[in-house]
Amino acid sequence: MPDLLLEFFSEEIPARMQSRAAEDLKKLVTDRLVEAGLTYEGAKAFATPRRLTLTVAGVPVRQPDVKEERKGPRVGAPEQAIAGFLKAAGLSSIEQAKVQPDKKGDFYLALIEKSGRPAIEVIGEIVPQIAASFPWPKAMRWGARSAEPGALNWVRPLHAVVALFGPETEEPEVVPFKVDGVASGDITFGHRFMAPEPIKVRRFDDYVRSLERAKVVVDPARRAQTIRADAKTLAFARGLELIEDDGLLAEVAGLVEWPVVLMGTFDEDFLAIPGEVIRATIRNNQKCFVVRDPKTGGLANAFTLTANIEASDGGKAIVAGCERVIRARLSDAKFFYESDLRLRLEDRLPKFNEIVFHEQLGSQAERIDRIVALAGHLAPLVGADIATAERAAHLCKADLLTDVVGEFPELQGTMGRYYAEAQGEDAAIAHAIEDHYRPKGPDDLVPGDPVAITVALADKINMLTGFWAIDEKPTGSKDPYALRRAALGVIRIVLDNKLRLRLKAIFAHALPATALRHAHHELRTYSPKAGDGSGAERLSKLQGNLERDKSKIPALADDLMLFIAERLKVQLREQGARHDLVDAVFAQRNGKDAGNDDLLLVVRRIEALDKFLDSDDGRNLVAGYKRAANILRIEEKKDKFEYRGTPDATFYELDEEKALGRAIEGAVLEAGLAVVREDFASAMTSIAKLRPYVDAFFDKVTVNVTDVRLRENRLRMLNEIREATRAVADFSKIEG
Amino acid sequence: MVDDLPAHMRPERSFQGLILALQRFWADRGCVILQPYDMEVGAGTFHPATTLRALGPKAWNAAYVQPSRRPKDGRYGENPNRLQHYYQFQVILKPSPLDIQDLYLQSLAAIGIDHKLHDIRFVEDDWESPTLGAWGLGWECWCDGMEVSQFTYFQQVAGFECAPVSGELTYGLERLAMYVQGVDRVYDLNFNGREGAEKVTYGDVFLQAEQEYSRHNFEHADTDMLFEQFRMAEGACRKYLEAGWEQGEGGNGARHLMALPAYDQCIKASHVFNLLDARGVISVTERQGYILRVRELAKACGEAWLATEGGGAQ
Repeated sequence: MPDLLLEFFSEEIPARMQSRAAEDLKKLVTDRLVEAGLTYEGAKAFATPRRLTLTVAGVPVRQPDVKEERKGPRVGAPEQAIAGFLKAAGLSSIEQAKVQPDKKGDFYLALIEKSGRPAIEVIGEIVPQIAASFPWPKAMRWGARSAEPGALNWVRPLHAVVALFGPETEEPEVVPFKVDGVASGDITFGHRFMAPEPIKVRRFDDYVRSLERAKVVVDPARRAQTIRADAKTLAFARGLELIEDDGLLAEVAGLVEWPVVLMGTFDEDFLAIPGEVIRATIRNNQKCFVVRDPKTGGLANAFTLTANIEASDGGKAIVAGCERVIRARLSDAKFFYESDLRLRLEDRLPKFNEIVFHEQLGSQAERIDRIVALAGHLAPLVGADIATAERAAHLCKADLLTDVVGEFPELQGTMGRYYAEAQGEDAAIAHAIEDHYRPKGPDDLVPGDPVAITVALADKINMLTGFWAIDEKPTGSKDPYALRRAALGVIRIVLDNKLRLRLKAIFAHALPATALRHAHHELRTYSPKAGDGSGAERLSKLQGNLERDKSKIPALADDLMLFIAERLKVQLREQGARHDLVDAVFAQRNGKDAGNDDLLLVVRRIEALDKFLDSDDGRNLVAGYKRAANILRIEEKKDKFEYRGTPDATFYELDEEKALGRAIEGAVLEAGLAVVREDFASAMTSIAKLRPYVDAFFDKVTVNVTDVRLRENRLRMLNEIREATRAVADFSKIEG
Repeated sequence: MVDDLPAHMRPERSFQGLILALQRFWADRGCVILQPYDMEVGAGTFHPATTLRALGPKAWNAAYVQPSRRPKDGRYGENPNRLQHYYQFQVILKPSPLDIQDLYLQSLAAIGIDHKLHDIRFVEDDWESPTLGAWGLGWECWCDGMEVSQFTYFQQVAGFECAPVSGELTYGLERLAMYVQGVDRVYDLNFNGREGAEKVTYGDVFLQAEQEYSRHNFEHADTDMLFEQFRMAEGACRKYLEAGWEQGEGGNGARHLMALPAYDQCIKASHVFNLLDARGVISVTERQGYILRVRELAKACGEAWLATEGGGAQ
């Protein structure tokens, strides 16, 4: 069967868009082929800086023929209806239609046979349509045609399109079409500088080979592989180690069609600058890799660059040029770093007064004050020294105002640590400044030092309570302030460090700072105008507003806790915990104490429950519970009455009843004590002791007896079983 | 072309030789070679030959040097490559020719950058000027890892769609000269291509100015005057714009008769804002407001320009 080869040849496509564009091209073309009845065997897409390439193998020559029946009007219907039917069905006279009987009489029926069109025609229609609406993140117009309506939008000017279709054994045909003035053909071009001549291509395999001869590697994965291997080899030859960087590698592979890796060096004196700054300078600005000296473990004064040509001097001029640029860049970085060191972190803080954090949450300075206050509150709960934690919180954002972080925002925190160390801050403070942003993502480390934990929690909880207070919660896919990440950060910090925190109380403590900010401000700035009779009224209204906002705080704390619980559920499920057990524990309410804001306990409960359900006792108890709950549900529904309250022991008739009653009493007491000790495994074991009594009860005792009082008492007994299990979890949520 | 020049005029020997080579190259391709605009601007794009001429349907090809002032970039003459005053070489081709990349590469060859020896790259860099209400897509052009030019296809200027699109090339002349002359410090550039006692360096011409203007920009610029100047330029711009509108006769559309003088005041306001910003007297929150005010002027000027003959009004 024939293959399709497509290439869009343009000016340089941004590296970050290439792989997505190749995938989009593949999906759009193959989807449309399948839609047109042209199923294919396989497809692959590639991108270089100047081309998007798609090969689709095994496309049928023609679309399959289609037979379709179209029901028409009744025989003897008005002429107009018949004419309309003929037109719609493409018939020239009514004799061509069949007559078919139906319950209500005879109807016309048209048999429409559409023979499939040649695939090449279909492709010629599909491709220009796809090109015209291609989903580039940013597209542009160019040239004289840009003044015309409907001009093509492409990522950069499009110069040529290759579109060939044909079986392996024959000369392929050009799929004829035009994309905004550019006609499809069989000509592509080689490397911009080393082989710019036109190349006639036939099929994907000779296309790849011809381009390779013309110094173009079509497959980005191969270019990346070459860059990585050559860079490693070059580094190794000098006794150094390449510092791998997948993001950079993908980008560099998108900047060249013919990678040529070279190595350069810089003045050793620059190694006095923090390694992170050197790396950011060389990586972000020059797209070069840094290397490590295996003897010291630190950076070496060398880098590898990836050129796009085999230069006539073997790359000497290129390396010299690059070294010069890097020298200038590092000089700048060194200048920034050294001038940053001249101003102490605390002396930068006043500037935060005029930087708005959020219109409704005030300046960055206000935000930092809130973080400091919260850190002071959290420190004793986490086991950190209060003054140290407050100092760290006070300084934790100061590096945002330094030149190096201005230049390289990703070094926030890291630079703060360097500057804190340089000005002689306590090591714990310097460490906390760096670590308080952590965890930055699912793979990032979690702070482990008490001061760092305190500041990291204070920062994240302040973020959450602040945006909760002004009702800017994440909705759907919108989470502009990354609050989900903040919540997940809180969860991971708590669990990884085995912290015992009552989060809801902490939220309630933190919330007033933001939730009452507006009301306090109004009151503070209130000034009764002289002789203004309504002044007192206004004042009491403002006080009323403050009280109203205060009264909302518990609900806000509850709502935020729910959000955290949801994130925890997602997290636990992703780690493979049974979602029903997670629900069972979250739904469990132990009397007045809804203890589910202690994340560590929640997780321990889930673990204990999971283990318990793995045992025979556990499984049988759940079965007994379900049986009791089912009977109760049915009877309660029938009676429109809830059987709550303790059964009356005087109505026990059978031994099994008496035994179960005693067993429940004992088990509930024992489990309750175990829960207080936070020994969930024992609590489960205590509840599991009920199993034989429950089994025996169901064996021997009939619940639905005619004696009303006896029946009621037995139903209450079933309720006791249900209630007893609540000491550990809400068994109704457990599946299976 | 490089070879028939006397030594002191060669682009790799002198700063002025580089400028002359670029001018000659683009003159040979049919550009009008303009002289710098006689007002302080932050970049060559502000020249009405780019900003305003990019609007409207008429073809336009021009090239010129534009001294550019970035008050905040002053470093008292101490940084090897940052200047508060520097030169841009600006080329505008409307509509953008289909071979504009090749033309650009040929211009590099004309100043001695051989693409068989050097690694020339087009790296994504989308351009946006919030003050001009303009944006375009393009690249920064790298030579051996150094950015030597900006290459932009204007999509929108002064809030109006460009139809047709212009191609804009901006060469950073000092950087380019440092590269071809093999110099690490901008002040060491050979300006006139002579040697020995006759040699004049970039530092001889500009170092004192960099020191004096850095003092001015960061410490002494009269902010009361500048705030007043901003207000006045903004007022004058609006006044000229308003006075310039004339209703067309016999069914013709409205015409504008003073787009260029009004635009001068917009440029003025923009530069005054840059000076105030360098002095650090505009807070972060106010900053956005000032940028918006200049943009409103630029948009109104663009609208006026489109109602002139140069802007293609019938």
